[in-house]
Amino acid sequence: MRRPARALALALPAAAVGAFMALFFAWPIAGVIVRGLGGTGTAAVLGDVLGSASSRSVIWFTLWQAAVSTALTVAVALPAAGAMARLRFRGQRLLRALATVPFVLPTVVVAAAFEGLFDRFGLAGGGAVNLRHTVWAILMAHVFFNYAVVLRTVGAHWSALDARVEDQARVLGASRLEVFRRVVLPRLAPSIAAASAIVFLFSFTSFGVVLVLGGPARATIETEIYRYAVVRLDLATAAALAVVQLAAVVALVVVSNALERRRAVAEPVSSPAAAPRRRGPGLVANLAVMAVILGLPVAALAERSLAAGRGGGYTLRNYTAMAERVDLLPGTALAALGNSLMFAAPAAALALAVGGAATLVVMRAGRGGSRHIGRVFDIGLTLPLGTSAVTVGLGFLLVLNRPPIDIRTSVLVVPIAHAVVGIPFVVRTLVPMLRTVNPRTREAAAVLGASPGRVRREIDLRVAARGVAVGAGFAFAVSLGEFGATSFVPRRPETLTAPLALFRLLGTPGEALRGQAMALAVALMALTAVAVFVMDLWGDTRRGVF
Amino acid sequence: MLTVSGATVTFGRMTALDGIDLQVATGEVVAILGPSGCGKSTLLRAVAGLQPLDAGQVCWDGEDLVGLPVHRRDFGLMFQEHALFSHRDVAANVAFGLRMQKMDAPIRRQRVREVLAMVGLAGFEERPIATLSGGEAQRVALARSLAPEPRLLMLDEPLGSLDRPRRDELTEELRSLLRRIGVTVLHVTHDHDEAFAVADRVAVMQSGRIARIGGPAEIWHAPRRAGVARFLGHANVVAVAEDGAVPWGRLPSPAGPVVLRADAFGRVDDPIPEAGPVVAGTVSDVRFRGDRFELTLRTDPGDFELLVRDPHPAAVGDRLTYTVDPAKIAGLDAG
Repeated sequence: MRRPARALALALPAAAVGAFMALFFAWPIAGVIVRGLGGTGTAAVLGDVLGSASSRSVIWFTLWQAAVSTALTVAVALPAAGAMARLRFRGQRLLRALATVPFVLPTVVVAAAFEGLFDRFGLAGGGAVNLRHTVWAILMAHVFFNYAVVLRTVGAHWSALDARVEDQARVLGASRLEVFRRVVLPRLAPSIAAASAIVFLFSFTSFGVVLVLGGPARATIETEIYRYAVVRLDLATAAALAVVQLAAVVALVVVSNALERRRAVAEPVSSPAAAPRRRGPGLVANLAVMAVILGLPVAALAERSLAAGRGGGYTLRNYTAMAERVDLLPGTALAALGNSLMFAAPAAALALAVGGAATLVVMRAGRGGSRHIGRVFDIGLTLPLGTSAVTVGLGFLLVLNRPPIDIRTSVLVVPIAHAVVGIPFVVRTLVPMLRTVNPRTREAAAVLGASPGRVRREIDLRVAARGVAVGAGFAFAVSLGEFGATSFVPRRPETLTAPLALFRLLGTPGEALRGQAMALAVALMALTAVAVFVMDLWGDTRRGVF
Repeated sequence: MLTVSGATVTFGRMTALDGIDLQVATGEVVAILGPSGCGKSTLLRAVAGLQPLDAGQVCWDGEDLVGLPVHRRDFGLMFQEHALFSHRDVAANVAFGLRMQKMDAPIRRQRVREVLAMVGLAGFEERPIATLSGGEAQRVALARSLAPEPRLLMLDEPLGSLDRPRRDELTEELRSLLRRIGVTVLHVTHDHDEAFAVADRVAVMQSGRIARIGGPAEIWHAPRRAGVARFLGHANVVAVAEDGAVPWGRLPSPAGPVVLRADAFGRVDDPIPEAGPVVAGTVSDVRFRGDRFELTLRTDPGDFELLVRDPHPAAVGDRLTYTVDPAKIAGLDAG
């Protein structure tokens, strides 16, 4: 390809992605920052926020619960990652797919599952142990939600490590524990660090889980932004808190990206010899722990959705009730589910289009001299992943109600917001997949007479085809479960999504509504699981970053 | 005809290719022989157009190829690790280059069948890549490179990933196949047996330069440089003084460094006809090599270690006397 043509092939998608992200991400965020830093006579707000004891305690709580959540998740999921990487057993693929489901479950569904768990086992107050609205509830839910991040990120790295090195250490006289400590752990360090950074980020910006499970007693920066903006209508304070949140997130993303870059260098190119196939009590213990941590909340949720209430016994009444009007909702729960599905398809398509173009930029720039453009895109597109959805929602609320675009009150705002949240998932699925293509394969094709464009079509696109399926599934699931940004959209029957309906049902006392909430959560969980399951069995996502 | 002149490639401070001059005539098989890291793979990549040159030229029949992109050079390149397209079956791998030439499907299928038969894989068309053994994958990679009938075929350690018996078998096959189709070949290897078996001419590369080029026998008998001699396994390099003096006595050679091949020695009780000078010493090590023994002989005067190939057994501590065949002494360039 001649130079101008190559430059154009880079510039066109770069411009398209840049324009979309500028309009629907950078501009709203800029709006939040300007407001937060005191754009219109509220200069003191950021200072007030940082100065107040209650804000400082909220920031402190946000930090330490994220740190503890991360440590617990790594401790619990690391042995399972090792079992998945080093052992081969029947049903492994299925198990890996199942273990990923919690991660893509809507956060409000996760919260509902733990509420159901507490209800079922009498842990919701009244008994000896009360977990409702405690930090324990939040930590448990974060482990449940982030388990798959560690399992997949560390697991993929682990299975790429040459098992013969460990055998060598054993032969040299190291015990199993020593091998793990001295040989496995140091080599895994980069991926453990990268996974920890992601888990920390998700726990730091966790919204739905904290809002429901923490209740009024436990607030993080994220839930405070929501309460100030939506409940107290104090946009200035909300924006100031969002600025604090943004600063923390940017710092985290930069660190996580640097760690990931190191890992990409350290990973061996060739696949190692077959792993030893020892099964035994270790595997059984791992599977049992996995079943309790991941399975129990889901089982409790399903059981509660069928429970008849005070009389005992089981019924489908909670499910049929979804078609009936409830006073506190602008539409029925069933209509909300329909809305969610209607929004998810265009949101996934949009995320795929923009994310695909962005991937093109990252991959093309990586090869040419314009490496820094690729780097900017790589990091830039990670930002929405970390930027709390609540901040995005707040940004939409602040700026999208005046020219150049006034779409705040249009239904369009929902799929666009969902696409912005989904794009990083598409990019982070596609880029690592394409990076696994052995450059020798591209060279072999070129020597055989394939032009650069042809190489991309014949080699990269084939590999990416699976990535596209996986990315689309992720984006669809993300849209189905999106809660943070959507919670800022004006409440109307057309924009009532299933997670919003679920949140309102959960927050309302009364046994009948609680039953219906559980039923709606199960329905939403089933839809998400189907999307994720299909994509996971379709494309082999073992190498994905999540 | 391929003409490489003054080809230079540097990676940072390291010079991978240092002004390489090389010609490969049409139909000729030239092996590039050298230790790992000598720059031989870089040379192939430069000829293929995968590695830009910092200086020099690569020409085909007088036409300068610098600036001609990889996919228009009409060359074939086979990698050591095959680089097969794992997402396609055997036939699709072999057909790839033909599709790039826009060959019609029926002719293409015919050609794929032909080439697969040629490498001994008739009927393998629909096999998935993952099910191939090492040797089979090697043959598919070779078939894929041969199918478009490239004007130059480059082989980068084509047998490097195989075990010894499979390697010997395929070396022989490769030799007769290349002869039969008369393709022009640049073959990179670190194994001199393989290079000697396959090539018309062998170029020995050392630290980015071609140290010696010539026919296999010529190189074996007259390595010319100490480095080349050592790489070929000739351990006995000794300096001859003006009067023919060496540490253990005299050699009938002009002054300067010489190499004595290990098969230059004959026991005195099994004398070589027209034997030259004599060397005596004590056996300090014995290695059994199947059809012969390899002895380390510590010479009596001079205390010099010689590598001696001997059909007769010997034990450590034996005192032995050998005659030296002057025909198996080769002079080396000084320095």
